[in-house]
Amino acid sequence: MSTPSPKGQLTRDEVAHLAHLSRLAVSDEELDLFAGQLAAVLDAVAQVGKADVADVPPTTHAVPMTNVMRPDAVRPSLPRDVVLDGAPAAEDDRFRVPRILGEEA
Amino acid sequence: MSDVTATDITTTSAAALGEALRAGELSSVEVTRAYLDRIAATDETIGAYLHVDAEAAVESAEAIDAARARGEELGPLAGVPLALKDVVVTEGVPTTSGSKILEGWRPPYDATLAARLKAAGTVLLGKTNMDEFAMGSSTENSAYRVTRNPWDTDRIPGGSSGGSSAAVAAGLAPWAIGTDTGGSIRQPAAVTGLVGHKPTYGSVSRYGLIAFSSSLDQAGPMTRTVLDAALLHEAIAGHDPLDSTSIDAPVPVLAEAARRGAGGDLAGLRVGVVTELGGEGHTDGYEPGVLARVAEAVALLEGMGAEVRQVSCPAFDLALPAYYLIAPSEASSNLARFDGVRYGLRVGDDGSRDLDEVMALTREQGFGPEVKRRIILGTYALSSGYYEAYYGQAQKVRTLITRNFTTAWDDVDVLVSPTSPTVAWSIGARVDDPIAMYAADLCTLPASLAGIPAISVPCGLSEGLPVGFQIMAPALADDRCYRVAAALEAAQDAARGRALLTGIGSKENAPS
Repeated sequence: MSTPSPKGQLTRDEVAHLAHLSRLAVSDEELDLFAGQLAAVLDAVAQVGKADVADVPPTTHAVPMTNVMRPDAVRPSLPRDVVLDGAPAAEDDRFRVPRILGEEA
Repeated sequence: MSDVTATDITTTSAAALGEALRAGELSSVEVTRAYLDRIAATDETIGAYLHVDAEAAVESAEAIDAARARGEELGPLAGVPLALKDVVVTEGVPTTSGSKILEGWRPPYDATLAARLKAAGTVLLGKTNMDEFAMGSSTENSAYRVTRNPWDTDRIPGGSSGGSSAAVAAGLAPWAIGTDTGGSIRQPAAVTGLVGHKPTYGSVSRYGLIAFSSSLDQAGPMTRTVLDAALLHEAIAGHDPLDSTSIDAPVPVLAEAARRGAGGDLAGLRVGVVTELGGEGHTDGYEPGVLARVAEAVALLEGMGAEVRQVSCPAFDLALPAYYLIAPSEASSNLARFDGVRYGLRVGDDGSRDLDEVMALTREQGFGPEVKRRIILGTYALSSGYYEAYYGQAQKVRTLITRNFTTAWDDVDVLVSPTSPTVAWSIGARVDDPIAMYAADLCTLPASLAGIPAISVPCGLSEGLPVGFQIMAPALADDRCYRVAAALEAAQDAARGRALLTGIGSKENAPS
């Protein structure tokens, strides 16, 4: 984050930065709208800070499970043509993607 | 056609349809056609479906009828039509999760639950509308269409499984599958007068459900009766090696619990009424009519022999803020897969832009405002410097909520509350106020965060609109939800002399 604001605040610049991190090309109008709405939401969710959680472990998952194994059996993968049928662009039996390296790279 | 009329077909329970099919009183084609006709006549108004393939449905029905004619051994659900929420991927059948980013996508495989229902011989009528990526409580966040509550078409059908709730309540499907992350099965069921059950987390496979918040998402039944919900739940439950969070336990026995519950004997059952969910000192935001119906339902349980006591779960006060940090955080990560590369929309790929720009334009055009808000909020809550104060703190609150439940189970067998603080509100009333929208989930969030089962069963009307009663039970004790819900349903139907849903046409602007 560029300039961290006090907890519970969210500036327009921060929303713009977060949108960039999330790969969302948001418009100026959206930035204005979201900054206001997200500040209100953040204010509401910041209430979690009120809980006394000294020595309380976090819960990441409702069902604690580790190292789930299944037999390493070979099964057919999806047919290539069926998968590429759903792709926005395909070429030579592959996904075609826009160039990855920018001008400055 | 037998002596059963088309109206009977579209108002009766799925269990009764299954019996009529088995007895040869009805064919699957007759049943399927009755629903397709009603969809054609009324779904323009209701807006329950995003996709209906009448021809494919009739073909599946014909195949089941032919198999039955050949004397093949068929399961109890064979030939009964069904609707799936559009978050469930279905091979070759358009699946959008309510989002423009997946418009026109035909998945190359079936979700495990879709495959199980297909194998059970159910007939897919279509895919139902939903809030985009299941984010919402009114189905107004769908990128495609408005869905209306059949009780009053100016009101919301709940969400995010609002297409499923509207379809079943309006007689456009005998039953439907929904998914529930923070209440998305239970709240729409509550506001449309249906039964909706969120199973124990991990007991229904998530393979092929388009992920929103992976530690919370769970699919379950939305039906007209408690027995129907139990039958549909049994059909989709059970271990799945393709979902690493799937619990390796036997398929639960639920229909039996529902049948036993309908007998009305709850002697010895210990029921806890959660103080923090509409109880004394916690009534802010709850409609008096909702609280009155819930109190009447509790009295009915007591009348059937249940021992009722108040139970305080103080951490529930923080369930809403904890949920609205955890779910958006997980969503911001899950929705990173929509990058315009392998499936779905791609925008701005004109040769001049690089991958990052195309990705940002695709996501900007493909996602609606609520999805963007949650991605941004989740990205913030997970970012360095804020992680501990927000996401980390929310996970610890999640532990406190789970501990409240664990403590409660020492003294009671089930916990009860309203399903939603209000009846269905007017379309448009909360769209500009995310906080007001989120408040609809107040009662359903604790069970979601703890991963325990919870059912919503109708408990009467307030201002002419349905009120839902929530019953929560310990993990893997889903049968208790069904037992208590069936007892309540039977007692109310007996007192009323008819099922609640039969009153649906009485609202002046409901469809005939």
